[in-house]
Amino acid sequence: MKRIVLIVVVLLAGLHAAFAIDPLPFKDRAEEVRFQKLTRQLRCLVCQNQDLADSDADLAKDLRRQVFQMMQEGKTDDQIKQYLVSRYNDFVLYDPPLHAGTWLLWFGPFAFLALGAAVVVTILRKRTRQPLAAVDSEEDW
Amino acid sequence: MSLGRLLPFIGFALIVALLVFGLRWNRTHDMNWVPSPLINKPAPEFTLPLLYDSTKSVSRKELLGKPWLLNVFGSWCVTCQDEHPVLMTYAKKFGVQLIGLNWKDDPDAAKRWLAQFGNPYDTILVDTDGKAGIDFGVYGAPETFLVDGQGVVRYKHIGNLTPESIARELDPAIARLRTERP
Repeated sequence: MKRIVLIVVVLLAGLHAAFAIDPLPFKDRAEEVRFQKLTRQLRCLVCQNQDLADSDADLAKDLRRQVFQMMQEGKTDDQIKQYLVSRYNDFVLYDPPLHAGTWLLWFGPFAFLALGAAVVVTILRKRTRQPLAAVDSEEDW
Repeated sequence: MSLGRLLPFIGFALIVALLVFGLRWNRTHDMNWVPSPLINKPAPEFTLPLLYDSTKSVSRKELLGKPWLLNVFGSWCVTCQDEHPVLMTYAKKFGVQLIGLNWKDDPDAAKRWLAQFGNPYDTILVDTDGKAGIDFGVYGAPETFLVDGQGVVRYKHIGNLTPESIARELDPAIARLRTERP
């Protein structure tokens, strides 16, 4: 009984994946790999935490078909990305490009890291300067 | 009390302030909203058949000269149904022609839908395969574009138009076009 349940569950899980991937006539394995790699770098606009390769949304299907068609036309990965960015903004790229609007996103974490380091350094310096004074009273921390 | 002792409290207050800011931001901003790269750029080229006469078509060029609104809708789209009464009320008040883009829909279903709820559009274009929608960067109907007489996209609204959003954004945007006109 357990085995049957397991088989059904596995089959259903496979079914979901089969729905997400519409059969596209790739001419060889290399083209399919390129398509998969490219659509994993692109965001589905409808369900924004999914990539284009993964999404079941109708628009994602259309965009996958569009990407495939552009590959057939001999467009490069960059050209295809540019095509989508010009319509849907940088947001379609999972890897945001570096420009004036995104420098906070890129360097903000380092700024916070530097701030934290500065705080730690000042606290440590203070402690080493007066090592015995702090022992006198317990509430002094 | 020394400043050193206050420091953790100041830090805590800053974190609370950030949390409050985040909560307020989330309440007033739609997380699914993606700014359109088309604003202040020429609207994409298209030639699309009319819903009520598929032998005729309208292109972007033919619409040059006067501003127009493009409303993306589909009979399958639940939010479009929410928006529909608003369009029925405001269509004639906008002062510019309202063009419907029937997006990824079955034309017969669209006609039935319009027969049931009313037709606020001056012209309805059909985009069954969704290609024109992709060119306009449509990702969730309803969406509304304001295009000026030179064919430049001036404003985009994602989601359903409401009397509030029209008064706050769309009407002022149309008024700005009017003051520019020679």
